Amino acid sequence: MWRAAWWISGIAIALLSSAAPARAQRFHVPGELEQGEILYQANCATCHGLEGDEVRGTDLAHGQFRRASTDEDLIGIIRNGIPGTAMPANNVSPVQAAAIVGYLRSLAATEALASLPGDAARGQALVEGKGACLSCHRIAVTGSRVGPDLTEVGRFRRRIELERALVDPGAVVRPEHRRYRVVTRDGATVVGRLLNHDTLAVLLMDDKEQLRSFAKADLRSYAFVLESPMPSYRDRLSAEELADVVRYLASLKGIQPQTP
Amino acid sequence: MKTRATLVAVLLAATATVAAQVSYDRLRQADREPQNWLTYSGSYASQRHSPLTQITPANVKNLEMQWVFQARSLEKFQATPLVVDGILYTVQAPNDIMALDAATGRVFWSYSYRPSAAARPCCGRVNRGLAILDGTLFMGTIDGHLIAVDAKTGKPIWDVALAKPESGYALTLAPLVVKDRVIVGTAGGEFGIRGFLAAYDAKTGKEVWRFYTIPGPGEAGHETWGGDSWTRGGGPVWLTGSYDAGLNLTYWGIGNPGPDYNGDLRPGDNLYTSSVVALDADTGTLKWHYQFTPHDEFDYDSAQIPVLADARWQGRARKLMFWANRNGFFYVLDRTTGEFLSGKPFVKVTWATGFDERGRPIQPADKKPNAEGVLIFPGNQGGTNWYSPSYSPRTGLFYIPTWLNYDTVYAKRPVEFVEGQSFGGGNPRTTVPAGIQTVTNNYQTEDEGHGAIRAIDPLTGEKRWDFKMADVTDAGVLTTASDLLFSGGREGYFFALDARSGALLWKATVGGVVASGPMTYAVGGRQYVAVAAGNSLFTFALRQ
Repeated sequence: MWRAAWWISGIAIALLSSAAPARAQRFHVPGELEQGEILYQANCATCHGLEGDEVRGTDLAHGQFRRASTDEDLIGIIRNGIPGTAMPANNVSPVQAAAIVGYLRSLAATEALASLPGDAARGQALVEGKGACLSCHRIAVTGSRVGPDLTEVGRFRRRIELERALVDPGAVVRPEHRRYRVVTRDGATVVGRLLNHDTLAVLLMDDKEQLRSFAKADLRSYAFVLESPMPSYRDRLSAEELADVVRYLASLKGIQPQTP
Repeated sequence: MKTRATLVAVLLAATATVAAQVSYDRLRQADREPQNWLTYSGSYASQRHSPLTQITPANVKNLEMQWVFQARSLEKFQATPLVVDGILYTVQAPNDIMALDAATGRVFWSYSYRPSAAARPCCGRVNRGLAILDGTLFMGTIDGHLIAVDAKTGKPIWDVALAKPESGYALTLAPLVVKDRVIVGTAGGEFGIRGFLAAYDAKTGKEVWRFYTIPGPGEAGHETWGGDSWTRGGGPVWLTGSYDAGLNLTYWGIGNPGPDYNGDLRPGDNLYTSSVVALDADTGTLKWHYQFTPHDEFDYDSAQIPVLADARWQGRARKLMFWANRNGFFYVLDRTTGEFLSGKPFVKVTWATGFDERGRPIQPADKKPNAEGVLIFPGNQGGTNWYSPSYSPRTGLFYIPTWLNYDTVYAKRPVEFVEGQSFGGGNPRTTVPAGIQTVTNNYQTEDEGHGAIRAIDPLTGEKRWDFKMADVTDAGVLTTASDLLFSGGREGYFFALDARSGALLWKATVGGVVASGPMTYAVGGRQYVAVAAGNSLFTFALRQ
């Protein structure tokens, strides 16, 4: 199924790209965009920001560059930097640079975020209150460990991705966040987060936050659960409230080192 | 009764050969002394099948760990040990030879070779093992040397530099001794080398012959390379070959051409890459070849063990070669002539649809890498790879460590040759991690890209059984004359299967990736099974 999902996203991106302004663009193979995302976050986001709009005069996610238009220009700039500016050379291969460009182009092909700015403080109140998000998710030391931890979700997820996850949580479930269900020989069903599995065993954290280990020989069935248990917030929150929650989540950058 | 008889034979053999030199005759007749493991694959026929029978399907549950050798190395432990009359020799990566008491694991001596800083092996600073002749051990090094070391003391005897490490040449395979020569080949296919096999005088290190896997101007096969592409066409040799003493032919699998994924720079079939070559062991002269993957753009190295077996083929006794290739086909060749007898897919294969009457694969036009990317089965790491298979003459089955339901999207990219730098020309993508993981990832479905031990009938290519694993595997297979099969995988299990049915009979959690071939030996009449996993070598024997 994940293979299928990757393919579908690749096709969707290809279709969207063809509708974008004419520009020399490569076709990107499945997996390459994911690689580009990781490389972008590791090498570029410190200055350009996760949204790609934090350097004046550029908006990488929307095709706005100061000195480049083609993919080849961009690959050259990523690798060689721009002398006399703060843009440094990067130690990435041409293939890696192409993956970053592919990722940026894929961002340009996604629809724009609702224009509401949102308010992080109000968002925090919604997450902890009306939204009941912490009944499944955890932020720092508060909340449940059953769902994906959100403590540093703002370091890795763009605002549009956060909004989509709230409105249509089943559309994209990252592989590492899939849930897993086992049924024991005596008929008991246990669902949780898969921590490890191999030929003979399944290790998971169940919905009571207990670490459990099962021998496959003792199981009647074991499989990923493809549906997301998260409800859609499309109708549970107003557009303003959604914007507030997104703004708050985007501000979560992980625990910070303490100074004495 | 049979078990007891074998045991007695083992004991007698052990007594008779204590402290004797490992002569060529002993290597040639390795099956006569099953308590020892004298070559990388256990014998010249490379079946990785042992006549030892003390451990059986009935008592294998009583195996327990005897000793562990923990390497002072965090590199993958790929070496298969040698055992000679109670002494176990192995390699601690990258290039330290260790001599251990095979019954206790205590170290007699070690010899540390320090490779040049220029060494650049593509895929880890690894070594797959040693060869021995008389009282001398032979080791290839990751900086392109071949070293001879005294098996009693660990003192070096000679050291030959074969090729320049800064250009990418590296020796990672276990050498093969034939008569009084040591045969090795070179890795480096990722760096645009020109591959070769060469034989060295065991006493002096003097080069006796050299066979370039890519023919030079004026040689047959040179016309299969456009322009000057032959000078950097790859064709590495990074896994040990086999030998038929009766035919005096030595057989070697040749790696893929470079650049790996972009064949536009090397028009033609690119002989003898992705092929098996049969060489006269005395002269290095090519007697025959068979190319498994002409003009390979999938990185389908033929770096597999040539398994030699004598069997009836269509009613006639023949000298055969069995070959489960990285490209997903299982081949039967006549090893006297190289005649193609059959090729059957042992995993899902889409890069070729079959073979013409001369055994050349038929490749559809839409199954060639392009700039956009083409989905191909099997994927980049292959239906199998360098992991030793096993053939049991008792069960008549051929056992393949395999990756099932595994594909790659191959995309071609422009590339320029720069000496000593990666020369790939493509961007293969797969959802199955190619590198070794320590924890099973959960990015895949249960069925997508997983490992298995697959047993096939080599005479028909039909599958008999699978032992399915959740993760992929880099482990070799050992079978014994008691119809046991030993293997492991990335998950850190070492296990025993019933070689007839594939049923799991025993397992141990060794806690590290098994990326080596198991082997077996006996000391004092007691049978041991050894396997390297993680950074350690584990040995097991029956509880006493």
